[in-house]
Amino acid sequence: MEQVIMNSLDYPILSTIIFLPVLGALLLTLISRSRESVIKWGALIFALLTFILSLPLFINFDKTTYKMQFVERHDWISAWNIKYYLGVDGISILLVLLTTVSSILCILISWNSIKIKVKEFYISILLTCGAIAGVFCSLDLFLFYIFWEAMLIPMYLIIGVWGGPNRIYATIKFILYTLVGSVLMLVGIIFLYFLAGRTFDLLELTTKTYPYNVQFWLFWAFFSAFAVKVPMFPVHTWLPDAHTEAPTAGSVILAAILIKMGAYGFLRFSIPLFPDATKAMVPVMLTLSVIAIIYAGLVCLVQKDLKRLIAYSSVSHMGFITLGIFALNSQGVEGGILQMINHGVVTGALFMCVGIIYDRTHTRKIADYGGLATPMPIYASFFMVFTLAAVGLPGTNGFIGEFLTLLGGFTASKLAGVLASSGVIIGAGYMLWLYQKVFFMKINEKVVGLPDMDLREMVALAPLIALVLWIGIYPALFLDFMHPTVQHLLERVNVAGGVQESQIARALMEVLR
Amino acid sequence: MNFPLPNLGPVIPELFMTALALILLLADLFIKKKEAIAALSIVGVGAVAYTLIGSSGVTFGGMFISDGYSTFFKIIFFLNVILSVLISIKYIAIEKVNFGEYYSLILLSTLGMMIMVSAGDLIVLYLGLELMALSTYVLAGFIRHDTKSNEAALKYFLLGAFASAFLLYGISLIYGLTGTTDIKAIALYISEKGLIGNPALSLSMILFAVSFGFKIAAAPFHMWAPDTYEGAPTSITAFMSVGPKAAGFAVLGRVFMIAFVSIKLEWVTVLIPLSILSMAVGNVVALAQTNIKRMLAYSSIAHAGYALIGIIVANSEGLTSMMTYLMIYAFMNIGAFAVVIMLRTEGFKGDSITDYEGLAKTHPFLAALMLIFMFSLTGIPPTAGFIGKLYVFMAAINAGYTWLVLVAVVFSVISAYFYLRIVMYMYMREPKVEVITSQSGTLRIALGVTTVAVLVIGVFPSFLVKLAKAAIAGF
Repeated sequence: MEQVIMNSLDYPILSTIIFLPVLGALLLTLISRSRESVIKWGALIFALLTFILSLPLFINFDKTTYKMQFVERHDWISAWNIKYYLGVDGISILLVLLTTVSSILCILISWNSIKIKVKEFYISILLTCGAIAGVFCSLDLFLFYIFWEAMLIPMYLIIGVWGGPNRIYATIKFILYTLVGSVLMLVGIIFLYFLAGRTFDLLELTTKTYPYNVQFWLFWAFFSAFAVKVPMFPVHTWLPDAHTEAPTAGSVILAAILIKMGAYGFLRFSIPLFPDATKAMVPVMLTLSVIAIIYAGLVCLVQKDLKRLIAYSSVSHMGFITLGIFALNSQGVEGGILQMINHGVVTGALFMCVGIIYDRTHTRKIADYGGLATPMPIYASFFMVFTLAAVGLPGTNGFIGEFLTLLGGFTASKLAGVLASSGVIIGAGYMLWLYQKVFFMKINEKVVGLPDMDLREMVALAPLIALVLWIGIYPALFLDFMHPTVQHLLERVNVAGGVQESQIARALMEVLR
Repeated sequence: MNFPLPNLGPVIPELFMTALALILLLADLFIKKKEAIAALSIVGVGAVAYTLIGSSGVTFGGMFISDGYSTFFKIIFFLNVILSVLISIKYIAIEKVNFGEYYSLILLSTLGMMIMVSAGDLIVLYLGLELMALSTYVLAGFIRHDTKSNEAALKYFLLGAFASAFLLYGISLIYGLTGTTDIKAIALYISEKGLIGNPALSLSMILFAVSFGFKIAAAPFHMWAPDTYEGAPTSITAFMSVGPKAAGFAVLGRVFMIAFVSIKLEWVTVLIPLSILSMAVGNVVALAQTNIKRMLAYSSIAHAGYALIGIIVANSEGLTSMMTYLMIYAFMNIGAFAVVIMLRTEGFKGDSITDYEGLAKTHPFLAALMLIFMFSLTGIPPTAGFIGKLYVFMAAINAGYTWLVLVAVVFSVISAYFYLRIVMYMYMREPKVEVITSQSGTLRIALGVTTVAVLVIGVFPSFLVKLAKAAIAGF
C-alpha cells in the first residue's frame, strides 16, 4: 500500500509555497532601491500569489486519511541518500496556511513603519516565510534542517536591522539560543541517519523502533532544538527580548509561525520517532509546561512594556500547547494543534495592534497610554476581540483551544490540569488589566488626537478577526483536518483508545463537536 | 650501464608548472605591464590543470605518485592559485609591490604543494614542503616597506624552519628504524617486524604531527598564524590560508593513513587533543579580535580543528569528508578575503572590523556577499560551509566519535558570535568612515566565482562529494 498520496494538482503546490516567495525575493534584488513603492507592491503581490496558490491545499485536502498528501519526491543528494521530499498531513496543513496568511499580514503591517533599507526588509520577510513553509512541509530530515536553519539568516536581519534600541543584544541572544539547540539536534539527526541505515526519510524512520536508551538521548537532542523554539521553560528567556526589540512584522512572524516550529517539531519528529522516550518523559514535559503557564503568567502581571507583556503571555500560551501535546491523548494533541493556530492568530494580531499604536506614539510603555478608547474607538474594539480571545472567552478561538488542551492535560494528570487551569485565571487577569490601563481610565495627554486605524490596518486585521470567530464558533472544520493524523500519531505511541479517556471527557468532546 | 629514463607521464603537470614559473620569471624582465604576467600565469595554470588529465601513475621507483587523492588536492591548489592571482592584481599595485616575481613565487609555492601531495617518499615530501614554504616566506614579506609584513615573514620563517627541522628529525628516526623513506615500505616494515609500541616509532609519529600541525596551523602550533596572516599581503594571506593548509592535510592523510596505519590508535590520541585545542583556541580567541585578518587567522585555526576530525576518523569516509571540507573552505575563505581586499584602497587599510560599520548602507551588494561568506564560515545552511561541517560530522558519528562532534558543534556555535559580529557591523550600525571600494574586474570575477561556488555547493553538494569519493577510490 502506498504510504503517501502524491500531488495530483497541475503544479507542485508545496514547492510553489516555499519557493515563490524566494523567487519574489530574488526579483526584488533587481529593483532599484529608490523605488520603494514598487518593492512593497512587488512583495505584497508575491505574498498574495503564494496565498492564492496555497488555497487548493485547503480545498483538496483529503480529511479521511492520515497519509501525507500533495507529496513531491525527487532525488536530491544521491551521495547521501537525501531526497527532496515534501508533503503535508493534518498536523502541518493548517500551519502551512497560517504561514502564507502571515506573510501577507507582515507586509501590510510594515507598509509605513519600515523606512530604512526597505528593499532588504521585504526580501528578508519573503525569505523567512518561504523557509518556514519549508520547515512545515519537509519530510526529509536533512531538508527540514536546511530550512530550519536557513530561516535564521533573514530573521537575524529582521530583528537586528529594523528592531528597537536594544536589538543587537536581542538578536545575538536569539541566534545563540536557537543555534545551540539546533546543532545538538543536528548531531541527533546524523546519529539517527546511521542508526536507521543511512536514510533521512522521515516516513521510513518512523516505521522503525529504536532501543530505549538511544531514544532517550535522541529525544533530548531533538528536545533541545524544539524547546528553545517553543520556547519552553527554562530556555524561554530569548523570546521576550526578541519579541520586544523586533519590528512589528518580526514579532508577528515570531509569534504566529516561528515559535510554532518548535511545537510542530515535537509532533512531527519527537513523538513518532521516539515514542517510548516520549512516554517516559511525559511527567517532565507536563511539569515544564505547567511551570511555563504559571510562571510566565505571573511575570506578565508585572510588565511595564506592552510588547514584553504579550511576549511573556506567548510563553504562557505555548505552555498550554506543550501541555496538550504531551498529554498524548486526542483532545490534548488536537487542542494543542488548534491552539497553535489560535495563538498564531491572536498573538500575531496583538503584536500587530501594538505595532499600529507604536507607529503613532513611538512608545511601548503601558504607563504612556490610558483612555485610548476615546480617540481610537475602532482600534479599541479590534483590540478587545483579540484580548478576549487571548483570555479564552467562549465564542472565541482561544476558548476551544485552551479547553481542549486543559481537558487533555487533565486526563493525563489531574494535578497538571488543575494547576494549568489557574493559568487561565492569571491570563484573564493580566490581559484585562492591560486593556483597562491602555484603553480606559484617565485619558493620557500623549494619546489625545491620535488618528484611528486606517483602511490598510483594518484590512490587515480583519481576516484575523474572522478567524477568531470562525474557529471559536465552528471549530469542527479545523479539527476535522486533524483527526486521522492525530489518531495515527497516538497509535504510534500506543496510548490511543478509550482506556485513558474518562467518560466525562468523551461526553464533553461530543458536545464540543 | 643501461640507465632507463623514468616514466615522465605522472610528473608532466609538475614539469609544466616548473617551466611556467621559470618562463614568468624571465618574462618579467621584458614585460613592463605586470598585469600581463598575471594573465599569463592564470592561462598557464589553466594549461597545467589540463595536463592533469591522464597523468595518473607511479614513477621514479614509487617516489612520486599521481592518483585520485593527489589530483583532488591539485585541483584545490589550482583553484587557490587562480583565485589568489585574481584578487592580487589590483591589490599589489595599491600596496606598491607590483613586481613580476610575485606571480613566479606563487606558482613555485603551488609547485611545492603539488610535489608534497604526490610524494610517495618522505624525502620527496620534504623537498616539496620546503619549496612551498620558502616561496611562501618570501611572499609573506613581499611588502618590503611595511614592518608588519617583514615581521610576518620573519616569524613565519623562523617557526617554519623549526617545523621543517622537526619533520627531518622524524624522517631520520623512521629511517633509522626501518631503513627506508618510502611511505608504503615503512608501513610494510612496521607491520612485518612488529614495531608497534616501539617508543622511537611513536616519537617519530609525534614529530610528524608537530611538523604537519604547524603547516595546517593547528593549535598549539598556531603561534605564527595570527601575526603572519595579519602582516602578510592580504592576497597572500588568502593564498596561504588555503594552499599550504590543504597541502599539510594531504600529507598528514597520506603519511598517517599509510605509513603509520598500524599505529592508528596512537596517532588518533595525539590528533584528538590537537583538534579540540584548535577549535577552542581558534574560536575563543577570535571573539576578541579587532582586526579582520587576525580574526580570519583564528578562524582558520578553528577550521583546521574541524577538518582534523576527518583524519581522526581514520577511514576513507573521514578522508573524503576532510577533502570536501578543504575544497569548500578554499571557496568561502578566499571569498571572504576578496571582500577584505576590496576595502583596501590607496591610503585606507580597511582591515579593522570597525571599517565594516554600515557597509550594507554604502555597499549593499558587497555586504550581502560578505554576509554569505560569514554565514558559510559559521556553517549555516544553505551555504557550502554547512555541507563541509555536516560531512565531517557524519563521518565522525559513523565512526563512533559522537562526543567529539558534540564538542565541535558547541565551538561552532561560539564561532557564530564573531562571524555574525561582522554581519552585525555591516547591517546594524551606521557608517562612520566613508569606505571606497577598490574597483577591479578580476576581483569581481573572483568574488563571483566564490559566491556561486558557496551557494551551489551548499544546495547541490552531490557532485563534490562524488568527486571526493572517486578520488579516494585508489588510495
